Amino acid sequence: MTYKENSEKYIENYNLSIGDTIKVHKEDISYTGILLDRPEDAEDGFLVLKLSSGYNIGVAIDNTTAELVEKGDKPKIGYDESEIPKDPSKENISVISTGGTVSSVIDYRTGAVYPKFTASDLVKANPELLDYANYNVKALYNIFSEDMKHEYWVKAAEEIANDISDGADGIVIAHGTDTMHYTSAALSFMLKTPVPVIITGAQRSSDRPSSDANINLIDSVIAAKGDIAEVCVCMHGSLNDNFTYLHKGTKVRKMHTSRRDTFRSINAQPIAKIENKKININPEYSYTKRGENELEVNTNIEEKVGLVKSFPGISKDFIEYHIDKGYKGLVIEGTGLGHTPNELIGSFKRAKDENIPVIMTSQCLYGRINMNVYSSGRELIDAGVISAQDMTPETAYVKLCWALGQSDDYNKVKEIMQTNIAGEFSVKSSIKDFLN
Amino acid sequence: MDYNELGLKMGLEIHQQLNSEHKLFCPCKTELVDDDYNELIQRKLRPTQSELGEIDRAALQESLRGLNFKYENFEKHTCLVENDDEPPHSLNEEALDICITIACLMNMHIVDEFHTMRKQVIDGSNTGGFQRTGMVATDGYLDTPYGRVVIESLGLEEDAARRIETKDGFTEFRLDRLGIPLAEITTDPSMHDPAQVREVAYMLGQILRSTNVKRGLGTIRQDLNISIAKGARVEIKGVQDLDLMSEIVEREVQRQLVLIDIKEELEKRNAEVLEEIHTLDDLFVDTESKILKSAETIKAVVLKGYNGLIGREVQPGRRFGTEIASYAKKRGVSGIFHSDELPAYGITQDEVDKVTEFLNIGDDDAFIIVAHDEDIAISALEEVKRRAALGLEGVVEETRKALDDGNTEYMRPLPTANRMYLETDIPLFKITEDRIEPIANNLPELPDVKQARIIKEYKLSEDLATQLVKRQEADMFEAILADVDVDATPVASLLAYDLREIKREGYDVNILTLEHYKGIFTLLSEGKIAKDSVRKLAVETIKTPDDDIAEIAEKNNLTMMSEDDVAKIIADIVAQNEGMVKERQMGAMGPLMGMCMKQLKGKADGGLVNKIVREEIQKLI
Ligand SMILES: [Zn+2]
Repeated sequence: MTYKENSEKYIENYNLSIGDTIKVHKEDISYTGILLDRPEDAEDGFLVLKLSSGYNIGVAIDNTTAELVEKGDKPKIGYDESEIPKDPSKENISVISTGGTVSSVIDYRTGAVYPKFTASDLVKANPELLDYANYNVKALYNIFSEDMKHEYWVKAAEEIANDISDGADGIVIAHGTDTMHYTSAALSFMLKTPVPVIITGAQRSSDRPSSDANINLIDSVIAAKGDIAEVCVCMHGSLNDNFTYLHKGTKVRKMHTSRRDTFRSINAQPIAKIENKKININPEYSYTKRGENELEVNTNIEEKVGLVKSFPGISKDFIEYHIDKGYKGLVIEGTGLGHTPNELIGSFKRAKDENIPVIMTSQCLYGRINMNVYSSGRELIDAGVISAQDMTPETAYVKLCWALGQSDDYNKVKEIMQTNIAGEFSVKSSIKDFLN
Repeated sequence: MDYNELGLKMGLEIHQQLNSEHKLFCPCKTELVDDDYNELIQRKLRPTQSELGEIDRAALQESLRGLNFKYENFEKHTCLVENDDEPPHSLNEEALDICITIACLMNMHIVDEFHTMRKQVIDGSNTGGFQRTGMVATDGYLDTPYGRVVIESLGLEEDAARRIETKDGFTEFRLDRLGIPLAEITTDPSMHDPAQVREVAYMLGQILRSTNVKRGLGTIRQDLNISIAKGARVEIKGVQDLDLMSEIVEREVQRQLVLIDIKEELEKRNAEVLEEIHTLDDLFVDTESKILKSAETIKAVVLKGYNGLIGREVQPGRRFGTEIASYAKKRGVSGIFHSDELPAYGITQDEVDKVTEFLNIGDDDAFIIVAHDEDIAISALEEVKRRAALGLEGVVEETRKALDDGNTEYMRPLPTANRMYLETDIPLFKITEDRIEPIANNLPELPDVKQARIIKEYKLSEDLATQLVKRQEADMFEAILADVDVDATPVASLLAYDLREIKREGYDVNILTLEHYKGIFTLLSEGKIAKDSVRKLAVETIKTPDDDIAEIAEKNNLTMMSEDDVAKIIADIVAQNEGMVKERQMGAMGPLMGMCMKQLKGKADGGLVNKIVREEIQKLI
């Protein structure tokens, strides 16, 4: 129960519990309803009643008395646990839930959408999933997307590897959308996979009829059964509920705070379009086929890496701070082709001297880093700043974390950063790859 | 019908669009749009679990229909909120304040804290699959000539999207209306007399119109709850015409009585709906019936003991079979054939006999045929079975649609309370005394109070005052008289009577502004136009609203003549009729007045003409 001081005392005083039908008497009116819990962040001094009409109201407890009408059960969220049936003729897909909107339900403990659902609830809430595959479902952890940490990437990669070793024909990861593209990049670097690893989520929570979760999930299962054995993000391709895109895990980014089609391939095209339950692979894209790779897991990762955005008037303190605090690497979101104010160059030199790789990305997001065009860029190169080519800042950040996990040798890390590990950069910029 | 004996109970639910500047949860305007849309978005909806852990039966049924939706989006008039592609913004406080005003006018208790709820509606009319709604006030009352009526609740909610068409498996909606704030007023279901329901609906309408609400077609919607003791609660949606209220009540009571009768008869016969769905394709290979011939398959179910009852009329022109058909139609068929109406529709007696033999049914039994694609036919017959079996329970709780003739048609099952759960994207909203007090102290004048005041203050007839208030012209009336010192009656009669006629003649009376009216009545007060010319001048002003009123009057020959000119014309007329005057003396007054007024109508005041004619006659005798 999240009722606070006065309300809590009041409820205890009248010996009431959540779920009871109660009657609250005010001076000139009485309300009868089911006592519900109250959002954690809401003001003290109120009770929440669900009236028989279905409406909730807040009743201020000042100058009121209450009485119990009927004892009730605390309303439960979720489905009964029961076995999910298996069909030996179907593929085995492993569904791993991490929390977030795709696997959440209303929690009126806080009055907010909370990632409370387990992956098994997910399959039961979407029974048509059973037409496509058998499911091994587990809730790996239950966190908000924004609370994602490096250690969770490691845990996820290990779990996926276990499932693949155990015979999973494909993996679907339910993930909150905010940091989905960081996780997709991390898994891309950590895993060489013989089967598809599909990350999906929802922009409209699964507790509402209009949720995009159902379609994203079903298309993810279809992708997980398919032939593209890569780490991909599968999300709505437009505002319509009629197709999804499969994006390369290292080339994708959340580009809108709320739209369903928020995920976009940046400096790339989606790998495939899934429409009417069919995968249409982009013919220009050469992908890793199912079974082509042996399973390899490399989860070594360095957590102490910074990501700093340049802006007019930025002081070198931002860079010095990271060096002073012992950061092992730094990704810069420079302006334009990859620039920062001149003032920072000295700090970059210091970083290099202390074996701290500095990677340059662009806050333009679209396009390629080229530090040769202007003298300020050339000075950055001279200071040892490494180009991220056309990687997004987020992918570059995750890659640097992973590269520093592989080696603490500056030159080795530089070499890794300049080697294409998981399709994270391309050498050619296509006319098509902008704002799409 | 003795409604008391039948235990008739009725309640009203009224939805009124509020005239706030912005929508309830986004900054879009609260106006409907007739422009072409900029983008069409395709969506699907599926029911979800409610807060209390049970999937709602109405929501589940709607989901079975598997409809897809298209939404008309506008770059300017709608935003991502209507689209369900952006979370709702904060509650529109202007709309809340209008509701607080309405609550005070209906003697209601305002809640301490407003909680926005999601009411699951998955017919596509709300992009999110739910309507946002909240309880503002409860337990008010209204005193009517038929006694006190309890106002149970006042809700504030979002209006739904406008349905444009259903085609090729998609229902298309326009998003302009979605999110316009609505006040929902519910009375308790304790009214027993249709006339009282009508009166309450009228009074509620008057109260609403005294506040800042939308006016005009479609801005207010009335639903009627109705039950009789042995029947069940039925909600009738969209009663547009208050005068139709009694007819609807009468026909619904009749329907419930017939259904109860059918139930009793079915029980007597030990009636039963048989499970099996039969395929009749082989029996209709050579049929002349176009519908049967063109269908992929012809299927039937057997209703044991239903013979003769499916054809029973439940409302004028509507049979028990129509009730069953309306359930089947929700599954995509255009209708059913039942044995009580056959042979017909190209189905011959011979074919009926073959079906009867094939189904092996007796004299008391009936069958229902559906012809369509395999899936749809089966799904429709499942509904036929379900509704036919419900016949054994008498009246079914339903939401029905009011038809123009006073009949009603099945729409969907009654929603249950657990369709609602908390809208977690919007914070709880505390309604403080500081918010309520200034509103409660400045309530608008109610129509009856206003009427009484106007009669007294302007010495108007009761009829004129009633019409002014009813036609919502009282404010304009008072505004004109505040600035122009003129007799109140011609002002009132233009606004209360003439405007309606002018409108009927096809003129847009909304063109007339306060300034126009002031111009017209200033001319009247200065004696420059006659009372009789006011209506004509109003019409001419509508035609050229940008012109100066005095010029319009001049151009159209509506300006009064000077007294001298009038006297000259009258003198001429009297002179021409000298013989008559000599002969009839003052008795010539009547005919002469007639002749003069004919020529001077609108150009001279009648009193003046009378005076001069009298003087001229007296000169001659
Ligand atoms: Zn909007």
